[in-house]
Amino acid sequence: MSVARPLPHDAARLHVTGEARYADDIPVPRDTLHLAFGLSACAHGRITGLDLDPVRGAEGVVAVLTAPDLPAANDVSPSAHDEPLLAEGVVHYVGQPVFLVVAVSHLAARRAARLGRIEYEQRRGVFAYEDALAANARFEDGPRIFAKGDAAGEIGRAPHMIEGTIDIGGQEHFYLEGQVALALPQEGGDMVIHASTQHPSEIQHKVADALGAPMHAVRVETRRLGGGFGGKESQCNAPACAVAVAARLTGRPCKIRYDRDDDMIITGKRHDFRISYRAGVDDAGRIRGIEFRHLTRGGWSQDLTLPVADRAMLHADNAYHLPHVRIESHRLRTNTQSATAFRGFGGPQGMLGIERVMDHIAARLGRDPLEVRRANFYAEGQTTPYHQTITSFPLREIVERLETTSDYRRRRADIRAWNAENPILKRGIALTPVKFGISFTLTHLNQAGALVHVYRDGSVHMNHGGTEMGQGLFQKVAQVAAQRFGIPVEMVKITATDTAKVPNTSATAASSGSDLNGMAVGIACDAIRARMAAHVAERHQTDAGEVRFAEGRVRAGGADYAFAEVADIAWQARIGLSATGFYKTPGIEWDRIAGRGRPFHYFAYGAAVSEVVIDTLTGENRILRADILHDAGASLNPAIDIGQVEGGFVQGAGWLTTEELVWDDKGVLRTHAPSTYKIPACSDRPDVFNVALWGVPNPATTIGRSKAVGEPPLMLGISVLMAISDAIAACGTGVRYVALDAPATPERVLAAVDRQREDGGAA
Amino acid sequence: MNRIDFLLNGAPVSLNAPPATRTLLDWLREDRGLTGTKEGCNEGDCGACTVMVTGRDGTPRALNACILFLPQLHGKAVRTVEGLTGPKGQLHPVQQAMIDHHGSQCGFCTPGFVMAMATAHLNGARDHDDQLAGNLCRCTGYAPIIRAGRAAADAPVPDWIRDAPPEGAPAQNPALPESSDDLAAWCEANPDGVLIGGATDVGLWVTKGLRDLGPVAFLNRVGDLKRIDIGKDEIRIGASVTLSDLMTAMAPLYTSFAELLRRFGSVQVRNAATIGGNIANGSPIGDSPPALIALGAVLHLRKGRTRRAIPLEDFFIDYGKQDRAPGEFIEFVSIPRGPDILRCYKLSKRFDQDISAVCGCFNFTVAGGGVTGARIAFGGMAGIPKRATRTEQALIGQPWTKETIEAAKAGIGRDFTPLSDMRASAGYRLHAAENMLVRCFEESRGAPVDVLAVRP
Repeated sequence: MSVARPLPHDAARLHVTGEARYADDIPVPRDTLHLAFGLSACAHGRITGLDLDPVRGAEGVVAVLTAPDLPAANDVSPSAHDEPLLAEGVVHYVGQPVFLVVAVSHLAARRAARLGRIEYEQRRGVFAYEDALAANARFEDGPRIFAKGDAAGEIGRAPHMIEGTIDIGGQEHFYLEGQVALALPQEGGDMVIHASTQHPSEIQHKVADALGAPMHAVRVETRRLGGGFGGKESQCNAPACAVAVAARLTGRPCKIRYDRDDDMIITGKRHDFRISYRAGVDDAGRIRGIEFRHLTRGGWSQDLTLPVADRAMLHADNAYHLPHVRIESHRLRTNTQSATAFRGFGGPQGMLGIERVMDHIAARLGRDPLEVRRANFYAEGQTTPYHQTITSFPLREIVERLETTSDYRRRRADIRAWNAENPILKRGIALTPVKFGISFTLTHLNQAGALVHVYRDGSVHMNHGGTEMGQGLFQKVAQVAAQRFGIPVEMVKITATDTAKVPNTSATAASSGSDLNGMAVGIACDAIRARMAAHVAERHQTDAGEVRFAEGRVRAGGADYAFAEVADIAWQARIGLSATGFYKTPGIEWDRIAGRGRPFHYFAYGAAVSEVVIDTLTGENRILRADILHDAGASLNPAIDIGQVEGGFVQGAGWLTTEELVWDDKGVLRTHAPSTYKIPACSDRPDVFNVALWGVPNPATTIGRSKAVGEPPLMLGISVLMAISDAIAACGTGVRYVALDAPATPERVLAAVDRQREDGGAA
Repeated sequence: MNRIDFLLNGAPVSLNAPPATRTLLDWLREDRGLTGTKEGCNEGDCGACTVMVTGRDGTPRALNACILFLPQLHGKAVRTVEGLTGPKGQLHPVQQAMIDHHGSQCGFCTPGFVMAMATAHLNGARDHDDQLAGNLCRCTGYAPIIRAGRAAADAPVPDWIRDAPPEGAPAQNPALPESSDDLAAWCEANPDGVLIGGATDVGLWVTKGLRDLGPVAFLNRVGDLKRIDIGKDEIRIGASVTLSDLMTAMAPLYTSFAELLRRFGSVQVRNAATIGGNIANGSPIGDSPPALIALGAVLHLRKGRTRRAIPLEDFFIDYGKQDRAPGEFIEFVSIPRGPDILRCYKLSKRFDQDISAVCGCFNFTVAGGGVTGARIAFGGMAGIPKRATRTEQALIGQPWTKETIEAAKAGIGRDFTPLSDMRASAGYRLHAAENMLVRCFEESRGAPVDVLAVRP
């Protein structure tokens, strides 16, 4: 059995030896040119003067391109065609590409790109939520609204009403490998692109449009990404189109690699949200009715803002039954980087909204937050705010188990005692659950293809539309293929994602990689195996169903072959040993305007207990311990899945603590390098970090009954923010709710501590 | 003349007058095709370009290749990830452990991690969190990497990675002075020249500012500026002493200063950065000046044969303006020996490898229940590292009590008018600086005040 084994990442040895080849490591032809963008320094304005002579005159510059120089479409948008590769007359954010330098070296291009003289007629920039609302600057005609029952009426009738607002910051992806693309012009005007992208088919599509060529003239290859996290779902379109266009115009290979600062200034980030809520609750803390208002800043172009904001709404319930609910979502247009996909895709923000409500209810009623959460958990058969029925809800058991294994009750009591003795440092603890919907909400994206060859020697070439960005997708899917043929995984060659092998693929996103591509590869393998089995059965006068593929052998009717022998025999018998596989997720349908349907194939669950300590003099805080129990179904590879859980938790905790994006009043991003934008470092992980998998097979039909695991664990990090809130509450009397915004930087924590102490609360 | 000789993965390399500000990273990737070493940030903050460099003392050090200029390598041995595996492709124990413990996901940071880990392993260092504070990973959450580091700790060091640097004659290169006399001559000849200590700051002028620096001299071979002399009454720290060496020297003398230095940059940064550079660049947020000022440091400057000494705080005149004449350079900084009473508090969004929002250093002498001496200096509170003189005055002569501290807090607002920026608001800076006084007092009474000291 190759599935369920904790095999290392397929490229682990290549990673540790430095042999693993990323797009910037591909040897390039000698005449390769290097590109850099000249960027807007103005957040909103009309370009009134563009003097590029100093750029053209700079050492090593071969060409300088502006929008009129482009051969065909000037459009790198994944959605609304509102995002030109190079600005056309008007700029919409500081960092928008205005011109493109083509030079003999990376450094020459970067140097020259700073020499452009651009004059602007300044227009008013829209930055704040209030400004965008007042200006009605938004991406749809009005807010989207999902509703079920009579929220306002129930809130009015409930014994308690709470209301509040939480500001939730965005997040920079900080993939360690920045955006990079290489274009190699081919004969007849064809183009080969190597790109660090989660979506090769989209690159193919956008590059074809940029060249005015059919998609068949463009081939995109992606072996691996040095991290993606959503930041290379659409944000890689611009660099890929840039190199393609420059290669077309110069006839030479062209490469671009964003310098880190450029990367952070140009590309979109996680959407920030302001979530206001009004909830009516009963004495047990159960929500009778609730209203949410989501504001999100989408930046200057639409990009993926609509589905991100939809997914935030779809996770406004998290794990809780909201019998009467109204969710109103405003998708605002602002003069900043175009906010984009980021692991969780709006789900984390929506989920944080309801977790804040749970925390607030517990504080108001003086109840244990865990009991309030439990009181609101779904029961099977209840429906979500979007009318999907919950058919399986393991969270009660998961939380019960975690409560025991983490020793939550005793530690909570111990922390109370510890806090009573410590005037300056305070500890806090919180348990939060995760329920995350799996499937692209744009239903037609839930499809995948695969291509599998078996060679005469029994070795297998496997290809599918998914991209490997560190999540271990390739190894998991190789394990599926190896299992289908009953061969060791080493006999399966994992190959680069290639639009010429599998066409029309979806982005590797929405945690769908293994679910979709694993199924497609399984289907392709089954097709070949069925042909092999039929042939062996015929030779040995038995049923094809009696042919067993296991342990590298093929056995039937007393015969016992090596897999390779069967491959060779089948070849000699003129049996096709290559197959495509195609899979589409069954049973999903969704009307995003009505807010009604069954958008998700199933849900992935998990829960985390985090313990933190804060300093009430400075607001400094850190995680002491985290205990996690996460539902990956019947894991295809427990080592890889635990890696996703550990990494997701730390990334989620970073989003809510140290990672703060700061723009100044001119719309300039001030945190545009790792010197100012702080992702978690080594010592920021919990001192004690216990992670386990729930291990119950997925009731829904998935590959090996596994569950998607890419995004859900990020939201386990919400427990950290709630634990900090708990620690801050220890400074007060319980009269005033902590109302901590995210990220919980030392500054925000200290301000919240001071608010507690204003009430003359305990020291 | 102007030749740069070093070992690369055990093989001699000789470069004839390479551009003085060409980085090792660019040279490895572009000229040598050694693409295992990665560019993550190009500013020394992510560690993806970590390489092992062994100098004349034979100690291997992890350094960031992205802000390491080729002339700094003269006479040294460089080992990259391509040189970490054995001659027959045998994996180094940290590489094997990283595979066994699933320490790589996307793998892009991994070469930098394994080089930092292998260097720590070779040096017998087991403080993994500190050794890897300069390596960012966005995928794993670090847990499996630390498991790998622990698992490999007891494995013997493979003999193939031990480098002896080339014997190398002194550099016949005026840009690589070998003594402070050579340096004084160079500075007089190039009064507007740029001195490069470890290039952890100047490196960014090149990689981010894209500046042409004009004439440069590298200080890393100036032997007499690399000494730390610990006398009975005074400690003299040469300008070219690295922060790593300073941390080691301070650990038994001023424990809180050493702890501050532990959080200064990262191993890779401290191995390059020099005390002279941290002072000379005049940054308002350099972490060593507040501690040194609080300790009563004196700065020793030299121009030609002329030497002068000034209190360190007087060196910092205004933002971007220091009391240093063209052609003048820092020879050393001296601090008086005293009891280990200095307290240093660094506030930043992240504990490790972050620039201070506020760095406060407090040197109080308390005798007979009263404050008899107070030197307080802050970074991040003004355009320069600056003493809190009014606050000091409010404390001296007062009883060492909570009431005194509360009263003295008001001095902070009179001493400083901090700015708001991406690290913190002015209000937070003031408030936290005031609270640092409280922390100092509470700590003196034995109250737990340090979140880093709390264990689960």
